[in-house]
Amino acid sequence: MTEMSFLDGNMLDGPLRELFAVDVSGATGRCENCGVVGPMGTLRVYSHAPGLVGRCPSCAEVMLRLVRSPSWARLDLRGTTFLQVPVPLDQPHPRPL
Amino acid sequence: MLSAGPTPRVPLDTWEFVITTETGAEYRWSWSELMALPQETPQVDIHCVTRWSKLGTTWQGVSLDTLLDGVDTDADYVMAHSYGGYTTNLPLEDLRGGRAWVAHTFEGEELPGEHGGPARLLVPHLYFWKSAKWVRGLRLMTTDEPGFWETAGYHDYGDPWREQRYQGD
Ligand SMILES: [Zn+2]
Repeated sequence: MTEMSFLDGNMLDGPLRELFAVDVSGATGRCENCGVVGPMGTLRVYSHAPGLVGRCPSCAEVMLRLVRSPSWARLDLRGTTFLQVPVPLDQPHPRPL
Repeated sequence: MLSAGPTPRVPLDTWEFVITTETGAEYRWSWSELMALPQETPQVDIHCVTRWSKLGTTWQGVSLDTLLDGVDTDADYVMAHSYGGYTTNLPLEDLRGGRAWVAHTFEGEELPGEHGGPARLLVPHLYFWKSAKWVRGLRLMTTDEPGFWETAGYHDYGDPWREQRYQGD
């Protein structure tokens, strides 16, 4: 029997499109456990489980869990300190006068 | 088989199973101590949350009745802990009465790492995510707490006959 394999974090874009208007693989995340900062697309995703588990490519701790029931989706990001999403400024930023 | 992470490799000479009570008392078994306990050979049906079931599987292991015998506790709940960090919560009651085992053999062969070896919890009357692979111990609790999948929305009990997959089911 072979070692259980993981998927590339870029596969998260599909399952997370229901929740986010952006592709999460292009977002930058920080691992709560080891502090490494990098694209969410580099997570190791284990899908042979009741949900999706995204693990840090550096320390293998869990950064993301996604469970999809017939009526809801729950995203648990407790292993992720922050998620930084590229949002280009297409409108002048409102500033105090 | 379901897996939430890489397969931990646990050498038998350092493997141990620990029951920790709500007062902090610890009961430990090494691999050889586990194998010296009375062994049972349950033949059971297992039910996976992905809707497959496997009927008439044969395991070998030690009953939780044997392991909990002599453990002084007033706890009602258990958090099972695994090598690799996985956790799952169950009522202590469900581990008693000849319904749960620490299993090390599947269909006459030693349990492969991918399937939870050296030893996994076997609680066949609940959905299989409750049968923690790579089990290393039980923490006895007076109040229920969600484990790895339960935190993410899976059911705290997980009765396959009532299709308790998700919280609210
Ligand atoms: Zn990390």
